[in-house]
Amino acid sequence: MSRITATFSRLKLQGRKALIPFFTAGDPDPASCVPLMHALVAGGADIIELGVPFSDPMADGPVIQRSSERALKHGVTLRDVIGWVAEFRSTNSDTPVVLMGYANPVESMGVDVFAGAAKAAGADGVVVVDYPLEEAERLVSTLDAAGLDTVFLLSPTTTDARLKQVAALGRGYLYYVSLKGVTGAATIDVVDVARRLAHIRSFTTLPVGVGFGIRDGETARAVAQVADAVVIGSRLVQEIEAAPAEAVPRARAFMSGIRAAMDTGAAAA
Amino acid sequence: MRVYDLPDAKGHFGPYGGVFVSETLISALEDLKAAYAQFKNDPGFLAEFAYELKHYVGRPSPVYHARRWSEHFGGAQVYLKREDLNHTGAHKINNVIGQALLARHLGKPRVIAETGAGQHGVATATIAARYGMECVVYMGSEDVKRQAQNVYRMKLLGATVVPVESGSKTLKDALNEAMRDWVTNVENTFYIIGTVAGPHPYPMMVRDFQSVIGKEAREQMPEMTGRQPDAVLACVGGGSNAIGIFHPYIIDESVRLIGVEAAGHGLETGQHSATLCAGRSGVLHGNRTYLLQDDNGQIIETHSISAGLDYPGVGPEHAWLKDSGRAEYVAVTDDEALEAFHKLCRLEGIIPALESSHALAYAAKIAPRMRKDQILLVNLSGRGDKDMHTVAEKSGLKF
Repeated sequence: MSRITATFSRLKLQGRKALIPFFTAGDPDPASCVPLMHALVAGGADIIELGVPFSDPMADGPVIQRSSERALKHGVTLRDVIGWVAEFRSTNSDTPVVLMGYANPVESMGVDVFAGAAKAAGADGVVVVDYPLEEAERLVSTLDAAGLDTVFLLSPTTTDARLKQVAALGRGYLYYVSLKGVTGAATIDVVDVARRLAHIRSFTTLPVGVGFGIRDGETARAVAQVADAVVIGSRLVQEIEAAPAEAVPRARAFMSGIRAAMDTGAAAA
Repeated sequence: MRVYDLPDAKGHFGPYGGVFVSETLISALEDLKAAYAQFKNDPGFLAEFAYELKHYVGRPSPVYHARRWSEHFGGAQVYLKREDLNHTGAHKINNVIGQALLARHLGKPRVIAETGAGQHGVATATIAARYGMECVVYMGSEDVKRQAQNVYRMKLLGATVVPVESGSKTLKDALNEAMRDWVTNVENTFYIIGTVAGPHPYPMMVRDFQSVIGKEAREQMPEMTGRQPDAVLACVGGGSNAIGIFHPYIIDESVRLIGVEAAGHGLETGQHSATLCAGRSGVLHGNRTYLLQDDNGQIIETHSISAGLDYPGVGPEHAWLKDSGRAEYVAVTDDEALEAFHKLCRLEGIIPALESSHALAYAAKIAPRMRKDQILLVNLSGRGDKDMHTVAEKSGLKF
């Protein structure tokens, strides 16, 4: 059983939902990456989505674009990011790490080389934002062979035919992007998400995480009542951006607040 | 090659092309694919397109024998396909009309576009005015500064120009931002991409609209010269004018197809935009193609004296034509392009765009070594009025 699947099984037994923070590796600076990962776990994160910076983050809003630019100014590479996963893994063997980014840095390294290096470092899953189903077959078979989960995105406009394919190709969990648009835009409609998740679950037994538009504890709690996982990206990156020197304690405090709100929800439910 | 039917159903030209976008954009692209499949063979749509090209753009554009310039070489005869005579001054409008008609049929009242130098932005703003559509043009903030006249032109035509501050603040970032707008406003918005790049079906669709250039040339050349040319030359940035003139000639294997990229300050300096000559395969802006990138897969900044060639990617069909050997790709420097620019002004009374001057410069290189009965056809993709500022500055003048 993969570390991701094991994590969801354990949480299910506990009656809790997964909290999945996203931030861009190397933002605000390379030295903060591993401490930030540990701080997020201390604050209550169950899985970490670690962003691989790219020069042209087409699916991201301004907050994550800027975080990517800051990391690239420090010369952060995919190899660096994989190195930080290994460093994190040397003292944390429980928390899954999912690498999230765009196709070109992965293709530039070579999909095979990437899969081998990521697995050896202790990564657990991969999201390549601009590899939709149509282009993902080779990625999935390579990651499968290496023992890494390929996590797919779903959107409000994903058709039933595609849901069927995603259910077959997806590993670990599915990531439902709750809004049209880019990361960091607008806020979420929980009733609509609940309806959509019920439909998605008629196609798959994979856990479904929800992201895009989750800004505070209250929304996280509401989403946690209908989803298996809550993904928070832009809002966390804003914390890092607001005070780079205090990024680590602020990230931990922010995570704790969200965790507390989610668990209150679980107790009440 | 008797048959050429790329791309395949998934938008692939060999290993290139495809649909490399986030799941959030898939349904919009599926809708577009379906709409284009419906209209591309619809007689009513095609008649409307042909009417606009004839009466609004001024097509067919003539082919012109550049006699004095050819005599100057003492070799091959050079003919020019005069896309510079189109309304708005370049080939860009052919494609914009096609896509704007599609937008109308799909009931989308708002069109968006990316632009580098501003030519595609001006063409889009023009058609939006003609059809009464809302128009938003994304332009890197660096380009907004460099191309103030075109920014003003777009505003005159009623468009909103949005300066893009992210990344390198140039064309590639404008394209990213236009995609972000599209994914957010897809219900009422049609994204008019200006070149043969982007996710499928864009490279195919833009090619089809632009291939009017080559279709006309294939009829005009035999009328004028009794046969097809020995070689067809066109500049390549994203590659839409080149595909437009190449595509109908792909099956004529006796006709050499030569794409001319921007070598900027020289390929060895690293300051150029010669993607096919000096790049390697990767994924950007929704398709797999040749890219200018660093060792870690980050896209690098490019340079060319002509803003329209200043792009780190290239249309996936060109990547395929290069690998398959059907087309050749070469590069000429800023200085070589400028020399050709001045020669054409003085010998033919035609002020070419700096983009097109790259194709002219390569014709100038090979024509002297060819026989007098050989024929080169150069796509003169645009006029140079927009480049007065750049050329004057190079000559030490300031307006």
